[in-house]
Amino acid sequence: MNINTRSTLLKYLLLTWVALLFIFPVVFMVVSSLKPDLQLLQDSSSFRAFLPVGETSLNNYSSAWERVPIGRFVFNSIVVTAITVISSLFLCSMAAFSFVFLEFKGKAVLLSVILATLIVPFETIAIPLLMLVNKLPWIGVDGFQIGWLDSYHVQIIPWIADGLTIFLFIQYFKDLPRDLVEAARVDGATWFQVYSRVIVPLAGPCFATAAILKFLVMYNQYLWPLMTTQSESYRPVMVGLQYFFQLNIAWGEIMAYLSIITLPVLVFYLSMQRTFIASIASTGVKG
Amino acid sequence: MKLALNIIIAGAVTLSSGLAMAQTDLSLWYHGAGNEKEKTVLTGIITDFNASQSDWKVNLAEFPQESYNESVVAAALAGKLPDIIDVDGPLMPNWAWSKYLAPLEITDAEVKSLLEGAIGRYDGKIYSIGLWDAAIAMFARKSVLEKHSIRIPTLDKPWSFDEFNKAIATLAADKSFEYPLDLGLAWKGEWYSYAFGPLLQSMGGDLMDPSKSSAEDVLNSDEAIAFGKWWQSLFTNKLVPGTSQDGADRETGFVDGKYALQWNGNWAALGALEKFGDDLLFLPAPDMGNGPKIGASSWQFGVSGSSKNQKGGNDFIRFAMQDKYLAAFSDATGLIPATKTATSMTTNYKEGGPLNVFFDLSKKQATKRVSTPAYNVVTLEFEKALADIANGADVADTLDAAADAINTDLKKNNNYK
Repeated sequence: MNINTRSTLLKYLLLTWVALLFIFPVVFMVVSSLKPDLQLLQDSSSFRAFLPVGETSLNNYSSAWERVPIGRFVFNSIVVTAITVISSLFLCSMAAFSFVFLEFKGKAVLLSVILATLIVPFETIAIPLLMLVNKLPWIGVDGFQIGWLDSYHVQIIPWIADGLTIFLFIQYFKDLPRDLVEAARVDGATWFQVYSRVIVPLAGPCFATAAILKFLVMYNQYLWPLMTTQSESYRPVMVGLQYFFQLNIAWGEIMAYLSIITLPVLVFYLSMQRTFIASIASTGVKG
Repeated sequence: MKLALNIIIAGAVTLSSGLAMAQTDLSLWYHGAGNEKEKTVLTGIITDFNASQSDWKVNLAEFPQESYNESVVAAALAGKLPDIIDVDGPLMPNWAWSKYLAPLEITDAEVKSLLEGAIGRYDGKIYSIGLWDAAIAMFARKSVLEKHSIRIPTLDKPWSFDEFNKAIATLAADKSFEYPLDLGLAWKGEWYSYAFGPLLQSMGGDLMDPSKSSAEDVLNSDEAIAFGKWWQSLFTNKLVPGTSQDGADRETGFVDGKYALQWNGNWAALGALEKFGDDLLFLPAPDMGNGPKIGASSWQFGVSGSSKNQKGGNDFIRFAMQDKYLAAFSDATGLIPATKTATSMTTNYKEGGPLNVFFDLSKKQATKRVSTPAYNVVTLEFEKALADIANGADVADTLDAAADAINTDLKKNNNYK
C-alpha cells in the first residue's frame, strides 16, 4: 500500500466516522420510533439503540397520530414557514439591493440599526412584541378585529424582515460586478428591472442559503407560537411536540412524531443542497 | 291542520334555539393536550354541564402541560385569559397574587369531603379546586425486605429516621443492586420540591415561612442544614444515583432490579405492579423527626380574575366536583380521586384495589408545598441548592445563597403585598 492509497484510506475512514457521527442521531430517532417504550429505554445504553432489533412495529406512529393532530400541525408549520420564507427572500433581498446599489439619505445609519438587531435576542423583545401585536388591527375573513393573536399572520409578519437575511444578501450583492448594474441602467432599465432581471438571476446560491436558514428558523419556531396561538387550528409542530410530555412520557411516540416532522426539513434541505453548498463555497458564509 | 303543525314546529325550534342562544360562552383552558383519556372525561363533564342548565356553555381549549404556564402568562399579559383555567397547585398563590385568579364562591362546607391537597387556599380564601391528587411512596419489594430482615413499615408506624438509614445501609451491602435507593434525580424541575421538600419538612425545616418576609432561618435553619448534610451523605456514600442519572434508569431501574427501593409517585405504580404483583409494596414516607410527610396538590380548576362570568365558572367547578367525575378522572389518569366516597367508584382505589393505599397515604401524610406567591423562585432555588449539594457544594453556604436569592425576590416584589 503506497502513501497515497494510505492517506486516501485514512481520509475516507475519517469522513465515514464524521458522517456516522451526524447520521447516528437520525438513525437512533427512526429506529427508536419502531420500539415499545420499555425496550427503547433498555436499549438506549447499548449499541442496540441504533439497530431495529427486538419487538419492532409501527404502533408508535399510529399512537402518535391519535394523540396529536400531526397533519394539522405540519400543515400549519408549512404554511407559516413557506409564506415567511418567500416573503422574507423578496423583502430582504430588495432591502439589500437598495443598500448596495442605491444612494439615499441616512443609509449608513439605517444599515447600522438593522445590523444591530442581530445582537438582540428574540426573548428580550418577545413580551413587548406580544403586547404590540395584541393591539394591532386586522381585516380578514372574519372582518375587522383588534389583535392578531391565534392566527397565521401573527406567526408570519413579525418574522419576514430580519437583519441576518439582509446582511447575507448585502454581502453577496457587494461581490457582484457593478458594471452589470451600470450597463443595465445605461440601457434604460428601471431599478426594479435591474433587481429582478440582473441581480436576482445571479444570486441563486444566496437565495438558497437564505431560504434554508430562514426555513430552519421558522420550522423550529417554539416560543413565539407558544405565546400567540391558543387553539390547535394554528399551532405549529414544535409546540405539538410538547403534547407527548405527560406524567408517563411516551418516548416511542416522541421519536415517531420527530421522524414525521423531520421529513419536510430533509426534503427541503436535499432539494436545496447543491445550491446551498455552492453558496457556501462562493461566499464563505457558514450556516 | 298541516299549517298549524308547521307553526307549532317552527315555534318549538325557535324556542329551543332561543334557549341555546341564551347560554353565555365560557372558555376553559386545560393543560392536558395530548392526553386522550383526560380529554374524554373532561369533554364528558363539559357536555353534561352544558346540557344540565341553560345559562352557560363551556368551550374547551387544550394546551400541552410542559408549556401551559407560559401560555397562561402570555395570555394574561395580552389581557386574554379565559374564564376557567386550571392551575398547578403550588403555583396557585402566585396566580392569585397576580390576579390571574379570583377567589371562588365555593365554601368550606362544600369542600369538606375533599382531600386537603385538592383545595387551593391562599390568603384565607379558596382559589382552586382539584378533582384528584397525587401521592408519593417508597416502592419496595416484600421479598427483598424480608430477605434482609428489614421491618415493613406501616402508615401507623412508619420507619423512623434511624430505621430508614439502617434499611438503606443494609440494602447497600446487597451487591445484586446497583443502588439501595433511587430518588429519581434524572427528573428535574418541580420534582425536587414535590418529592424532597416534604423530607426537609419532616426534619423540621422548610423552603420558607410565608408569614415572614424572609427565608432566613428557614431554608438555612439548623434543621435544614442537618437535612442538607444527610442529603449530601447519600451521594458521597453512593447510596443513590446522582444528578446525572440516566432518564431510562429512572424509568426502568426499579423494575429491572437495579434499585432496591424507589421514591416514586402513584402514576408509576401500575407499571411496577405489573412486574412484581403481590411482592410490590408502597411504603409510607419515613418519619425523619417531625412527622412523616409526602407532597400534595396537583392540578386544580380556578376562575380567572378577568372573567366577566365568575358565577358561570364557579357553577362549572361545583358541577365537576361530583364523585362520578372524580372517579372517571381517576380511572382515566390513575391519579387519586379527591374524595373517599369517589374511591369506591374507581378501579384502582376502591377497597382492595391495587392502589388503595395511596388514598390513605395522601389523607394521612400529604403536606402542601409552601403557599406563597414567591413559589416560582422558591422552588427554583430549592432545586438548584439540592442539586449543588448533591454534587458536593458546601451545605451551609449553598442554603444561605438560596435563602438570599429568595429574599432578593421578596424584596424586589415588596414581599408580594
